[in-house]
Amino acid sequence: MAALMLICLLGGAHSSYGASLLKLSPDCESDSKTQRRHAAHFTFQPDPVPTQYGPTQKMNLFQSITSALDNTLANDPTAVIFGEDVAFGGVFRCTVGLRDKYGKDRVFNTPLCEQGIVGFGIGVACAGATAIAEIQFADYIYPAFDQIVNEAAKYRYRSGNLFDCGNLTIRAPWGCVGHGSLYHSQSPEAFFVHCPGVKVVIPRSPVQAKGLLLSCIADNNPCIFFEPKIMYRAAVEQVPLEPYIIPLSQAEILQEGSDVTLVAWGTQIHVMKEVADMAQEKLGVSCEVIDLQTILPWDVETVCKSVVKTGRLLISHEAPITGGFAGEISSTVQEECFLNLEAPISRVCGYDTPFPHIFEPFYIPDKWKCFDAIKRMINF
Amino acid sequence: MAAVSGLSKMSGLSFTAVRQMARLKPLRMQQHRSFTVTAVPQQQHFDSSLDKPQFPGASAEFVDNLEFIQPNVISGIPIYRVMDRQGKILNPSEDPQLDKETVLNFYQKMTMLNTMDRILYESQRQGRISFYMTNYGEEGTHIGSAAALHSNDMVFGQYREAGVLMYRGFPLDMFMAQCYANVDDLGKGRQMPVHYGSKDHNFVTISSPLATQIPQAAGAAYAIKRENANRAVICYFGEGAASEGDAHAGFNFSATLECPIIFFCRNNGYAISTPTNEQYRGDGIAARGPGYGMQSIRVDGNDVFAVYNATKEARRRAVAENQPFLIEAMTYRIGHHSTSDDSSAYRSVDEVNYWDKQDHPISRLRHYMTARDWWGEDDERSWRKQSRKMVMEAFERAEKRLKPNPEFMFTDVYEEMPKNLSKQRESMWRHVQQYKEHYPLDLFDK
Repeated sequence: MAALMLICLLGGAHSSYGASLLKLSPDCESDSKTQRRHAAHFTFQPDPVPTQYGPTQKMNLFQSITSALDNTLANDPTAVIFGEDVAFGGVFRCTVGLRDKYGKDRVFNTPLCEQGIVGFGIGVACAGATAIAEIQFADYIYPAFDQIVNEAAKYRYRSGNLFDCGNLTIRAPWGCVGHGSLYHSQSPEAFFVHCPGVKVVIPRSPVQAKGLLLSCIADNNPCIFFEPKIMYRAAVEQVPLEPYIIPLSQAEILQEGSDVTLVAWGTQIHVMKEVADMAQEKLGVSCEVIDLQTILPWDVETVCKSVVKTGRLLISHEAPITGGFAGEISSTVQEECFLNLEAPISRVCGYDTPFPHIFEPFYIPDKWKCFDAIKRMINF
Repeated sequence: MAAVSGLSKMSGLSFTAVRQMARLKPLRMQQHRSFTVTAVPQQQHFDSSLDKPQFPGASAEFVDNLEFIQPNVISGIPIYRVMDRQGKILNPSEDPQLDKETVLNFYQKMTMLNTMDRILYESQRQGRISFYMTNYGEEGTHIGSAAALHSNDMVFGQYREAGVLMYRGFPLDMFMAQCYANVDDLGKGRQMPVHYGSKDHNFVTISSPLATQIPQAAGAAYAIKRENANRAVICYFGEGAASEGDAHAGFNFSATLECPIIFFCRNNGYAISTPTNEQYRGDGIAARGPGYGMQSIRVDGNDVFAVYNATKEARRRAVAENQPFLIEAMTYRIGHHSTSDDSSAYRSVDEVNYWDKQDHPISRLRHYMTARDWWGEDDERSWRKQSRKMVMEAFERAEKRLKPNPEFMFTDVYEEMPKNLSKQRESMWRHVQQYKEHYPLDLFDK
């Protein structure tokens, strides 16, 4: 089931094998124009450097994940990391160096079988150890759906709290990447938010990623941690070296505003920030930008409080609109903030199609689509 | 230039020192776990000069004739047996020579389970509990294997292994509490009957989805291996469940990750109505083990000593060598699949009668005991009476107890209760207070 895909997905042919192939190809240079990807649909905006957690280091997102895993292995002797190809460092480099540092019994490859990886992780956690499982792409998490939904999520409840797998964290690369097509682009969070018992968390930056991942690992509930893979290398900022925690189920207001509330998570947060600037500049509209961070259980309070103030809400995610998590947010806010809403809640999402290859620029809910939605909401 | 390189050297040194310090701490915490990789065949050494196959995926010779490997299903893996149907030991060197007390305990646990099955089966027929699954014909597989384990070995089961809990001393009251879902149920009344679990008895709570426990058991065994304690994991499943993808996952993972685990397959001939010839075409489940690089054996599941011997040796080696073992216990599902099934719709009464009357684990052990003068008609009569009384008393106690407080519907979903859930809980109580005459509140604990 897993992708037999090379690391070059992110544009960086890291292996010398890939690099020499490129050099050998004489047509490569001249073809580069047609092959060049559409400009990135977002601009990463680093947060202010966190000072409260000690010394920091410049890291991209994959390095901040490694740092979180490194901290965990150092402080928790029971912790193990496993999945497909994690031993040599992972196809996205998230586990580089960890096997050498902590041993092959703690960082190891599994057979290529997602239901096995999650089932195995549940067992490790059930026996009291810390299990950090990797699913190579969120797109390949479905073979483990049964283990996640029927088993991991219900372990504590069905046993009357005799047994649990709260020490399990499942990490998976997530979201669009420019050319990932159907099975290297998906955002499956909504499938899991219909499942009481698991937590679903998505960070927007390296600093967030480390703090939230450490929270997931420390949390006594099974967590699914989706890593926006388009940011693995693109997003770089100062990240504390020591472990720190960013609380789960807490949204973060990134930018205060008074006219419209914008809610998103993952990469889409950076789109929203840009949209907020555009709205201010072109329409004189003041936007409040909220990063939901934890998709389940989500922070209703922060979102509703904001909508009570602004009276308008736009929710945006890459995943298809029908059955997407924006539907849940929208319906809850409508119930809680009916008297404050001045326009229908707007959802700017992926279309109800599989994620396409060459049509990606037309598919994603980019800043122009979001901008247009704000314009219509303001004029309602 | 020199100064710069000197500096970088120094900083490099101090960096190493810090890293070593950081590594020392967890090492001490681990109390130096030894992690051995056992003598599993590694990929063969690459040597292009030899005219031998160099493929990394298998270690084998070339052949110059075309020949497919035939599965051997006519004469399959033999069935290991210690005593015959009359309870006579066939090969004295295989006799586990258990003392009288141990054997009597085996017998009493098997018959107690049987008595409990009869009473709970009837109680379901009368609508007093919602569902039940008996263990008829498979009592020997439970008791024989449970007896060969250590009490702290972790058990993952399917749902037809109540005898393992019985052997470990799970009280009758707790079996009943679970089936009645009353206030005493450790599972807080949330699961269907026979979904037992007990932390004290290292018996992981049963769930309905088949085979999901198989890769989980492998993971638990891996964690236990790292603890370096003298423990193993046993994982039970039926031959039907072995068709699930999770079985494949669990077998393969436990072999490649070298886990101290015993896979115990109860091959009772049926998965509900599906006979084994519609379940698989190979030589049962045992024949799959070697394909995964797993030590495998097939035993007579109606022979409690054969089950005991095989499990005991598998446990010893699994722990010593950190490798998985597969035991396929051949048996017969004498009862219906469950109380929601009438097995006469798909199999003959004669077939069932044969196994019930002529080849039953309980009667076979009784023959063994009778031959040694350890058990007579009087013992049988008085034990039957006594065990029936014990079960009936527990049954009546359980029936009189209230159901758990509906509050427990909302707890344990997460370790803590999220805001949305506490809101829903308040909303339920508000509603139930307002419409209390429409809800069975008097049956529930307050």
